[in-house]
Amino acid sequence: MDEDEFRLTVNGAERSVTCEPDTPLLDVLRHDLGLAGPRFGCGMGLCGACFVLIEGRARSSCDLPVSAAGGPIITVEGLPASGRLHPVQQAFIDEQAAQCGYCTSGMVITAVALLRDHPSPTEQEVREALDGNLCRCGAHGRIVRAVLKAAGQDTAGQSR
Amino acid sequence: MPASSPPLAGSLAANPVLARWLDFSRDGEVTIRSGKVEFGQGIWTALAQVAAEELQVALARVRVAPVSTSTSPDEGFTAGSRSVQDSGSALRQACALARDLLLAAAAARLEVSPAALTMTDGQIRTAAGPTGLSYWSLDAAGILDRPAGAPVPARPPGEWSVAGRSAPRLDIPDKVTGRPRFLHDLVLPDMAYGRVVRPPAVAAELSELPDPGLSREAVLVRDGSFLGVVAPTDRAALRAARQVARAARWRVTQSLPDPRDLRGFLLAAPSETLTVLDRPAGDAAGLVTRTLTAEFTRPFLAHASMAPSCAIARWDGGSVTVWSHSQGIFALRGAIAAGLGLEVGQVTVHHVEGAGAYGHNGADDVAMDAVLLARAAGGRAVRVLWTREDEMCWAPLGSAMLARLSAGLDAGGRIVTWRQDVWSNGFIGRPGSGGEPRLLPLAHLAGGRPMSPAPDGPPTGAMGSTRNAVPGYDIPGMHVTRHRLLDMPVRTSSLRSLGAHLNVFAIESFMDELAAAAGADPVEFRLAHLTDPRARQVLTEAARMAGWDTRGRRDGTGYGAGVARYKGDAGYCAAVAEVEADTDIRVRRLWLAVDVGRVINPDGVINQVEGGAVQSASWTLREQVRFDRDRITSAAWDSYPILRFTEVPEVMVRIVDTSGEAETGAGELAQGPVAGAIGNAVADAVGVRVRDLPLTREQVARAIEEN
Repeated sequence: MDEDEFRLTVNGAERSVTCEPDTPLLDVLRHDLGLAGPRFGCGMGLCGACFVLIEGRARSSCDLPVSAAGGPIITVEGLPASGRLHPVQQAFIDEQAAQCGYCTSGMVITAVALLRDHPSPTEQEVREALDGNLCRCGAHGRIVRAVLKAAGQDTAGQSR
Repeated sequence: MPASSPPLAGSLAANPVLARWLDFSRDGEVTIRSGKVEFGQGIWTALAQVAAEELQVALARVRVAPVSTSTSPDEGFTAGSRSVQDSGSALRQACALARDLLLAAAAARLEVSPAALTMTDGQIRTAAGPTGLSYWSLDAAGILDRPAGAPVPARPPGEWSVAGRSAPRLDIPDKVTGRPRFLHDLVLPDMAYGRVVRPPAVAAELSELPDPGLSREAVLVRDGSFLGVVAPTDRAALRAARQVARAARWRVTQSLPDPRDLRGFLLAAPSETLTVLDRPAGDAAGLVTRTLTAEFTRPFLAHASMAPSCAIARWDGGSVTVWSHSQGIFALRGAIAAGLGLEVGQVTVHHVEGAGAYGHNGADDVAMDAVLLARAAGGRAVRVLWTREDEMCWAPLGSAMLARLSAGLDAGGRIVTWRQDVWSNGFIGRPGSGGEPRLLPLAHLAGGRPMSPAPDGPPTGAMGSTRNAVPGYDIPGMHVTRHRLLDMPVRTSSLRSLGAHLNVFAIESFMDELAAAAGADPVEFRLAHLTDPRARQVLTEAARMAGWDTRGRRDGTGYGAGVARYKGDAGYCAAVAEVEADTDIRVRRLWLAVDVGRVINPDGVINQVEGGAVQSASWTLREQVRFDRDRITSAAWDSYPILRFTEVPEVMVRIVDTSGEAETGAGELAQGPVAGAIGNAVADAVGVRVRDLPLTREQVARAIEEN
């Protein structure tokens, strides 16, 4: 099979990889570029574990050929700025919004994209935005609280 | 040990040497070793809190060592919600003993009485001030290289400063920043990548394998019907595996039951019948004026972990080292050795965290896949990742079940007799169970035999399919029977709470049916049959949280309650569900009250109960493994849907304070009571009892039609 060279902008850095054009972006990020944040869950874009930001939008990287990945790519590794976690990342820690955490990076990416477009979402809007991200451990309530907290909203009424 | 000595706590009895549990070899740090593994349940944080409390050091000084068969205490499986009991109590005693031994050594060195010394964050002091001695300046390794002696008093919970308070989980910062932490992220030097090619049906034999035309970099592994490939990259391995799958020819035997008639399958398959409890009602039996009977079923359920199973193996001459996210690395070591005819000492298994696990999933099987494929890779490490389809179709499943209940009421509406018969495949199919390795690829090797039907443990109300089949209510006559299937067309093993999910769903649904027959409020009816004060307390509290007595009556909205003591002897949980039934069945809110005795990490308990409640709601409302006569067909998330963010209920959890009671686990408490509460709320909302899970719109429509 023929390999091509692809130039990508990942977390602000120019990267070059040589691979077949149909190689999934996720595979390039994990194996060629050594990023562990985007995770393999299903390979069909159905679970959200592999979500990355492409031009500011959250999308699955497991079913996106590297040849079609135009625009700057940001993974959870690229979210912290000036040595500080992104507010969404910090809110996930503050709210202890995980159990196993395998799906967490995909959730964080979805939340960052949501808050970029809708800085003050309602709870229902947060849930709808996260509907493409699956969580098997049942940490949904905490994750929704974390996203609302990152949006600067009150999270009273939590169970504790 | 003299017979008069009190028993050693938890797993300390089987692993008495103190140095096995903790050391001070890193300056300023305490390393603790547990045989219990982390898979997102937060156990390491709780264990670190226990150690910090007894050793009187800051939590940040405690490091939990990775679990390995070469260094960790053997604590069996991380299962059954027993980690705090087994490992927490052992660590508490080991750390208390270590603290006293090290203080005594310091006292001898200083020629003072141990009572004159105090401990502050590892530094040893007298009333006059620091002594210059600390845990790290004494010969801790030498002092702790001894078996645990008679227990010493642990710190009283009233004086706890680290344990008993919510502590942030140690693992979450890595997980929000994408730092490598999972086995799936581990890259060993010179590592190769393997993929397996599973048969196209549960029962299939490889009949022919024409040349798949692999590139030179890929190596084909073939042994009987076990097929796999090894290549320098995962991409190349995946490509080669697809080529092999296209080329392979199989002889398929239809082996699965009729998916439209699970009840018929469960009742018709040969089974082993054992009595779990036989307590005749005696004279009271004559008081029965009315008898009710009902059957409840659930389908096969999948673990459906977020990550497909993964493992790495590397051979070194005749020995093999395995990296695995198994819940039982010691049993896995034994099973690998038994499967290949090796000595146990030739196999080492290191645990590395995987995605959330809810029982016996594919972790052990993929470890054996990696061991087999690594034999073809010289001394190179080989990493094997299952596909999503492998995970959904080849990991063991939670068994389909049928519970037939009948109960006799007296003229006053009290339950006098209860009979419960449970049909199910076994739940105890982990590696080594019943003396068999029970690793999937072994059955596919040349000369390999199909796995025997899964065992189910001793026939008690605490184990296997009859877990929680003995109601916790005060009923004079009870008869509980287990029918374990002796055919296993669909491979089953341990899934969170084992039989408790269906048994409590059945018992709690039936309690509402009996309450209706007796003309009583469901919560009042339960309380009238419940003398255990802790069970009464959680039920009363959940009802109070939900506003049970003042709940509204709106068309299409229903409320239901459920309560159980997990395993009959562990933690208590009561749940109230609010359900809306219109075009779909939705659980809006769940209120849960739990009593897990003394609590190490309150937020950890709440997180586990919330998660258990959501997962149980998903099982109860949505989930069923689909199959045809050849194979499992629910191979992806679109054919095995689980609850999504817009569908999960809001969950309120309260811990009832019973800090004088021994601690119990929290991870499986909610599975049964939540199912029961939802079932009752659906019946309340639609006016018809639905006894077959999942409670989908279709099942509800069918129940209404049949009514």
